[in-house]
Amino acid sequence: MEVNWPIEIARAVGLAVTVFTFLAVVAAMLGVLLERKIGGWIQSRLGPKHVGRQGLLQTVADTIKLLQKEHITPQAADAVIFNSAPLIVAVAGLLDWIVIPFGVVHIGGTAIPLVVRDLNIGVLFFAAMASLTVVGILAGGFASNNKYSLLGGLRSASQMISYELPLATALIAVAMQAGTLSTVGIVKAQDGWFGSFAFSQFPAFVIFLIAATAEVNRVPFDLPEAESELVAGYFSEYTGMRFALFQLGEYAEMFAMAALATTLFLGGWKGPVLPGLVWFLIKMYAVVFFLMWTRWTFPRLRLDQLLNLSWKVLLPAGLIWILLTGFAITFLAK
Amino acid sequence: MLLVDWLYVGIFVIVGAIMAALPLGIVWVLSPRLALPQKRMTYESGVVPFGQAWAQFNVRYYLFGLIFVIFDVEVIYLYPWAIVFRQLGKFAFVEMLIFLVILMIGLAYAWRKGALEWA
Amino acid sequence: MGEQAAFIILSIITLASAVVVVNSNNVVRAALALVPTFLGVTGLYIMLQAEFVAGIQVLIYAGAITVLILFVIMLTEGGTGLRIRQRNEQAPLGLLTAAALAAILISVLTRTEWPKSTATLPQYTASAIGNTFLTNSVLAFEVSSLVLLISLMGAIIIARREK
Repeated sequence: MEVNWPIEIARAVGLAVTVFTFLAVVAAMLGVLLERKIGGWIQSRLGPKHVGRQGLLQTVADTIKLLQKEHITPQAADAVIFNSAPLIVAVAGLLDWIVIPFGVVHIGGTAIPLVVRDLNIGVLFFAAMASLTVVGILAGGFASNNKYSLLGGLRSASQMISYELPLATALIAVAMQAGTLSTVGIVKAQDGWFGSFAFSQFPAFVIFLIAATAEVNRVPFDLPEAESELVAGYFSEYTGMRFALFQLGEYAEMFAMAALATTLFLGGWKGPVLPGLVWFLIKMYAVVFFLMWTRWTFPRLRLDQLLNLSWKVLLPAGLIWILLTGFAITFLAK
Repeated sequence: MLLVDWLYVGIFVIVGAIMAALPLGIVWVLSPRLALPQKRMTYESGVVPFGQAWAQFNVRYYLFGLIFVIFDVEVIYLYPWAIVFRQLGKFAFVEMLIFLVILMIGLAYAWRKGALEWA
Repeated sequence: MGEQAAFIILSIITLASAVVVVNSNNVVRAALALVPTFLGVTGLYIMLQAEFVAGIQVLIYAGAITVLILFVIMLTEGGTGLRIRQRNEQAPLGLLTAAALAAILISVLTRTEWPKSTATLPQYTASAIGNTFLTNSVLAFEVSSLVLLISLMGAIIIARREK
């Protein structure tokens, strides 16, 4: 099969721009707005209402404001690292989306999945990108040369690495049942409402949701960023647009986790009547809503409670679940 | 095809970095610039910072990092096993069982010795 | 042709970052320069059709080991980037020796008639690797778990003694 390089390069650039724009609009702008609105409703108050209809243009206004803020690099900071750290976080959050299948398009009888690239190592790639984010955060914490940033970066990194392991066990359990690491393959292995892995892999689903919340530093696991604790943690010294880039990276990753949860546990794009893409978006937003709901419901966990939860509860549970799944598939499936 | 997949990844990295740097460029054009020494001082709740920026950190960070590396390597073995164990029958499952049991002993050891305590 | 170009770019990224790692006065910058080095190697793995190994490389090296190294740096000292003097008075002599070694190696490499193997490239996909270590190399696999266990225990014992 001959590969037409220039066309592929053009397609890749086009897709990259599209995905990035999609993320910037849907994840960052709409996501932040949703967060504030939902937070408002749960707390019996109105969220942003003035800018645009029902406050829809609020984030646009915020972005325009941020674009005009001055670039302040603290004197003691290491300029190169200081400036590249937010880029690492943003790009890692973007790369996660390469393996997410948005739906299926039926052209001429064949079903073509709407995915940027169905990598053979799908979920492994996703996990690898998630672990790259940790380096960006540590770099940001270091480079600011500020006690708060340093501590925040360290704590954040400790938290994120602790939760990567249970996350991986959940991914592996699903891969075991589906027999493949490819995201498209995993969606295809889920049939109908009750075939989706949310049921047959329910413990993995729970572990995944908890670990995902911790991975993106959201409440109840947002101690490293907590305003009352360490100012803003590792991004204390980041102002204006660089701060926005860190936020973009985090929100993009939150949405990516939600999208992955949809793919792995909720059957991806499958659903009756409506086109696949619509179902996918509905499910993804449902998970996002759930994540935001937990944010405004639970109190924040202390760092040692958080780490205990990961190492002493989730990791052993994940490993045991993998063994149970393996046992069931090997000995009971015949 | 294999390499095309990864070409996409590479292009995504480049385009992503450019698009992420774009707003920074816009800021550089649009923003006011007034270099005052106070602005560039390190932030410490509004007071002049004192002392060195680092502190002698506890060994617990290192321990967590190390235990994480060990288990990450274990997880690496789990990925290929997860997709081939079905075809290989019972003994593949038993092999991995042994592997995981040995590593869970390690986790239990770390737990007992207090390596997982933050305090 | 495209592969040549990709190889050259990846090699430049890897080597340039490696030079920064070895030469930089700032410990933190040196540690962070490891990341592009590892990513360059990842690219080289991909060019060798070893997707799974590439994924692991990012996951473990760039994601875990770099983090560990950064933690260690903070424990030992340079939270803000210790300035280390990287070169002593013997630098010119060292440069000469390195150049001589490079000349010898390059001349040997380019002059040898490397025989071209006619065997097919083994599969490096995840399933192939899985099949291998679960059937042919089982012993190595199980022993590696013991190695991991021992290193875990050893590190905990050493680290805890300093409490």
